[in-house]
Amino acid sequence: MNTGIQAPPGIWWKPAHRSEKVWVGIAFAWCMVLFAMMPLWHLKGEQNPAGLRYKVDPQRYMERTQEFITAYQVGEDNGIPVVAPPPGSEVYLVGMMWRWTPVLKLQKGATYRLHLSSMDVNHGFSLYPINANFQVVPGYDYGLKVTPTETGDLRIVCNEFCGIGHHMMVGRVIVEDSAAAPAVPAAPANGGAE
Amino acid sequence: MTGLAEKTPGAVSRAVFRICPTTGLKVNSQADALIKAHAVVATVSLLVGGIAAIGVLLTRWQAVHLLPAEWFYRILTIHGMSMLIFFIIFFEMAVLYFASAVLLNSRVATPKLGWAAFGLMVLGAVMTEVEMWRGKADVLFTSYVPLRASPAYYLGIILFAVGALVTVCIFFGTLVVARREKTYRGSVPLVTFGAMTAAIIAVITLGHGAAIYIPTFLWSIGVIGNVDPEMYRMVWWALGHSSQQINVAAMVSIWYLLGALTVGAVVLNEKISRTAFVLYILFISMASAHHLLVDPGFGPAWKVWNTSYAMYLAVLASMVHGFTVPAGMEVGQRLRGFGKGLFEWLRKAPWGDPGFSSLVFSVVVFGFVGGITGVTFGTEQINIIAHNTLRIPGHFHATVVSGTAMAFMGLTYYVIPLIFRKQVAFWPLAKIQPYLFAIGMLVFSMAMTFAGTFGVPRRHWDISFTDAPFDVQFSPAVALLIGVMALGGLLAAAGGGIYILVTVWSVFFGKPLVAGAVTGVPQGISSPPRYLPETVKTIEDENRSAWGMAPGTMVLVFVFLAAFVTYYFVNWKLLAALWRIH
Ligand code: HEM
Ligand SMILES: [Cu+2]
Ligand SMILES: [Cu+2]
Repeated sequence: MNTGIQAPPGIWWKPAHRSEKVWVGIAFAWCMVLFAMMPLWHLKGEQNPAGLRYKVDPQRYMERTQEFITAYQVGEDNGIPVVAPPPGSEVYLVGMMWRWTPVLKLQKGATYRLHLSSMDVNHGFSLYPINANFQVVPGYDYGLKVTPTETGDLRIVCNEFCGIGHHMMVGRVIVEDSAAAPAVPAAPANGGAE
Repeated sequence: MTGLAEKTPGAVSRAVFRICPTTGLKVNSQADALIKAHAVVATVSLLVGGIAAIGVLLTRWQAVHLLPAEWFYRILTIHGMSMLIFFIIFFEMAVLYFASAVLLNSRVATPKLGWAAFGLMVLGAVMTEVEMWRGKADVLFTSYVPLRASPAYYLGIILFAVGALVTVCIFFGTLVVARREKTYRGSVPLVTFGAMTAAIIAVITLGHGAAIYIPTFLWSIGVIGNVDPEMYRMVWWALGHSSQQINVAAMVSIWYLLGALTVGAVVLNEKISRTAFVLYILFISMASAHHLLVDPGFGPAWKVWNTSYAMYLAVLASMVHGFTVPAGMEVGQRLRGFGKGLFEWLRKAPWGDPGFSSLVFSVVVFGFVGGITGVTFGTEQINIIAHNTLRIPGHFHATVVSGTAMAFMGLTYYVIPLIFRKQVAFWPLAKIQPYLFAIGMLVFSMAMTFAGTFGVPRRHWDISFTDAPFDVQFSPAVALLIGVMALGGLLAAAGGGIYILVTVWSVFFGKPLVAGAVTGVPQGISSPPRYLPETVKTIEDENRSAWGMAPGTMVLVFVFLAAFVTYYFVNWKLLAALWRIH
């Protein structure tokens, strides 16, 4: 037997002891479980970061967001428009130094296609307190199909460093019971909603 | 320790050697000097990064909130860069010289070029530091475009990387020289083999580094119009994470090295350990993916395949080393006569040898905290509840700090007598240093990880959100956890400070090593591990039993597996409570 700092003499390609093989076998099996869990969760699980993903010109994205705000704006909060999109609609959220626009009013149990993108640098979409986190990258549209499962007054904390005002970048999402929500005209759902 | 100078004949006659009285190795004077230079600069980097760490820590501790926002992000950039890049890589270059020239009794292939490369690395590091301290690079060490730093910042990193690449090539050159001049017999030792895998990974990594920093530099001086932010993230992390694979390979090599020096740890099976090292190389470029799991640039199939490094085969490699390293130590101890029951080998271990205690902490914290959290957070879906929260720095302070940096510290206690030929100064302090650092870091990183489960962001100046348009009320538990994190961090910082004091003092003002010295010399040197002849037979008897030669380790790895499985599935459970997201 030799230590790790001695050159092993002769042929060192020898069969391992059974105990060592057992551990390698168990470790390998566990690695397969680790691997299998991910595709499995895509099939059976309800939280997957897949979404629609494509490149987008930041100006085009901003225009879409403006159209979206104009269509469904219901008020203003801290100078930021409050928007109540109908279930099934395409929802646009934009991050820029250093705020999230608009404030969203969603309904519990309804499904939306939530688009995320940035006008300038990377930002981090972190939904507090449920702790769901996504990277917001300029030039890319991340369209996640989301279904709020509980009512609440939530915050969007920016958790990617985006310059000196990073710590001021907090947005808001309000989730209401569908019964309590004001009736809004249903818009024709396109694309993502189902 | 009077080394006797000796000349080798022929074309290489200018190479001067001394014989190390402890290990019997022939140490080349150029290797000696290069190791010293790199180790000294590594320690200086650690000092800079450590001072920055205290600034960052005391600012994130909301009760103190030391620095203004601008300086917080500046100091955080300095902390990341000085620690993760300069400290770690300078030290690794020293390890490469050690594992090639010293362990193989060889001269350095091209010492002059070695010094030039060292100079380039120092120049690059200084340039980058100057830009960061001047406030020309407040972009954090990831410098995600389109955040922009000054051209000199990127150029400094490029120079540093070129220097490192040349040093890695000299390492390979030295391996060739040693083989050609027949300075050793048989295959290279496992530790050298591990260092070799680290060096191969380094070449690939530095290639990715060139691929990202050169365009970014050109962009910063206006030659290139823009760099795609998502491409940047992908290629940058092919550098940023692959370099962590260098760290892991280097750290595991040091585990085998310290095991051998402190308790005569044996290599149970060369084939298994070496294959595990090779697994690290095969999958390294995929490492970028687990930083991009919740990014818009990539689809699920790409994410799942890459984040798992092709079905977790690199994780398998770490789990193998996680068994073979302690098992080798156990067998070494049993051969020395500490063979009663399952755990006498642990009870009778040289806990007062800082090289040994560092080794144990490095293995345990890296595995139990760093490894388990890393695999869990790197799961495609679980990353949704981890990305960019404090869970991430919590995780990597358990890997690269409690694992790699701790191993480096342990090795230093052997490098001081073996290479610098000095006694370790402030010996009683040196003995407790690993305990302070490891326990502090453990508390720090665990508190950080738990705070992160509440959604507390990383890289954030003010989690009281005083200036934000909407209030964010964290649970009271968060304030408590942040307080615990600060205490742990301060303890670790004290441990780090003692390390710097001890090493600097030993190297520059230390007493020369004398034969028979007992204080200031780790036990592995004052009384090197020796096997008892009669134990060899007993070990072979045990070898026939199902539990093998290392039954104690067998028990420990199953405890580890249980912790792993539990933490992993608890996180799926947490994830399942979220909104439905597809
Ligand atoms: C006493 C020792 C240390 C303390 C108290 C400490 C503390 C911290 C703290 C508080 C953060 C900031 C977390 C955040 O706001 O996101 C941080 C980040 C970091 N630390 Fe350490 N640290 C220590 C040692 C080290 C060492 C030895 C290394 C590397 C080898 C290291 C690497 C890093 C890196 C890479 C970051 C991330 C920087 C970033 O997000 O840009 N730290 N550390
Ligand atoms: Cu932001
Ligand atoms: Cu931000």
